[in-house]
Amino acid sequence: MSDILGMIIYILKGSLITLKLYIVTIVLSIPLGVLGALGKISKSKLLSSFVGFYTWIFRGTPLLLQLFFIYFGLPHFLGINFSKFQAASLTFILNYGAYFTEIFRGGILSIDKGQYEAAKVLGLSYPQTMRRIILPQTIRRVLPATSNEAITLVKDTALVTAISMEDLLRNANQIVAREYTIIPFVIAGVIYLVLTSIIVWIFRKLEEKYSIYE
Amino acid sequence: MKMIYVDNISKKFGSLEVLKDISLEVKKGEVISIIGPSGSGKSTFLRSLILLEQIDKGRIEIEGIPISAFDDKGKRISLPRKDVKDGVRKMGMVFQNFHLFPHKTVLENVIEAPIIVNKLDKKEAVSLGEELLKKVGLLDKKDSYPSQISGGQKQRVAIARALAMKPDIMLFDEPTSALDPELVGEVLGVIKNLAKENMTMLIVTHEMGFAKEVSDRVVFMDKGEIIEDAPPNKLFNNPDHPRIKAFLEKILK
Ligand SMILES: Nc1ncnc2c1ncn2[C@@H]1O[C@H](COP(=O)(O)OP(=O)(O)OP(=O)(O)O)[C@@H](O)[C@H]1O
Ligand SMILES: [Mg+2]
Repeated sequence: MSDILGMIIYILKGSLITLKLYIVTIVLSIPLGVLGALGKISKSKLLSSFVGFYTWIFRGTPLLLQLFFIYFGLPHFLGINFSKFQAASLTFILNYGAYFTEIFRGGILSIDKGQYEAAKVLGLSYPQTMRRIILPQTIRRVLPATSNEAITLVKDTALVTAISMEDLLRNANQIVAREYTIIPFVIAGVIYLVLTSIIVWIFRKLEEKYSIYE
Repeated sequence: MKMIYVDNISKKFGSLEVLKDISLEVKKGEVISIIGPSGSGKSTFLRSLILLEQIDKGRIEIEGIPISAFDDKGKRISLPRKDVKDGVRKMGMVFQNFHLFPHKTVLENVIEAPIIVNKLDKKEAVSLGEELLKKVGLLDKKDSYPSQISGGQKQRVAIARALAMKPDIMLFDEPTSALDPELVGEVLGVIKNLAKENMTMLIVTHEMGFAKEVSDRVVFMDKGEIIEDAPPNKLFNNPDHPRIKAFLEKILK
């Protein structure tokens, strides 16, 4: 029995890393996605093609490849060294930022152009219109797609095992290899399920909150 | 004092000439209805006045401030940004489809621009907003969202929202065309009250009875041109142009 408790504690320790990576990614990739979306719809050709290039790369190649590239490749080419956690965070933020850019861009473009006109004739500037009128309405429309990404991210974090980061999955895997038991995998599965369920619950609450005006 | 001075403006969408050499002057307190067949350029004309569309030729002045101008060679004259802004801010506009902000309550819709643009403090803005909602008869709906009120109520909120910026001139683009017939009256009533308060107004409308009753002048547009500009009695009873007669017969029958 104490064996299992020990396993759980060890795996939970890995979960903390997973959770930390998850939070850092969400907190930074969502604003990155907002900026990316604004850049992509901007009148500046330079800016929008730059953002287009960014999303093309990060949505068009495997996340695992990006992780390898940033962790193993960048030190090699540029001489920058990242810790495992830094490399993983950077990769995930850039990758998810690219997906959020596309989701938010679609959301912004789905807002009726009458909203821009109404704001304009009232004297609101473009930044004011975006901040006060367009983006708040976009939030509601992008919640379902954002929620999907947020759930996928929980599972994608497991990829960091590939650069030997001591996350939830790797810690579970270590015990399995050492003790010839699959119980750690069951424990890991349960923890992932708990995490995704919490995310689902949070997004359901957000959707309720934002649906009052429809 | 000329509130609006429009001199020979033209506007094309691609190769389609939507406004052709239109001129119009509006004095303080005048109410002008603009009527005419679909596609004649009525909306484009109003939208050009408030710079939702850019004209290609001519000159527009609001209370003496040029907001869009071209020189003799047809080159756009660059005007001081602040003047243009000031000129445009003298106008408020109400759209056929209201365009209320769906994520804001009725009161928030009204006080948004005063707070954000005019930097009014919240308390002042709320009392201004409540006063205007009272004026359009919707104070009891102030905490509702636009999705919870009728079309006629939405349009009255849109009018209050425009009035909150204290415009000298109001532009209405078919304010009742999206409404069920039984809701038209309440919106026209609000506009009539504004006319009594001497608000300068340009109203694109298909409500001929209303145009006759409320306007000082009626402007008839066809194919991008103003073909007659006359007091309602003259235009409705004895128009110069046979096309107007035909249009009125069709619409009144
Ligand atoms: N953004 C645009 N791009 C291209 N063509 C346009 C645009 N807006 C309007 N038009 C065209 O310009 C012409 C005049 O349109 P406008 O909306 O000003 O007419 P209107 O008199 O308001 O008609 P209605 O009574 O149907 O509202 C129409 O032929 C219309 O198709
Ligand atoms: Mg129109």
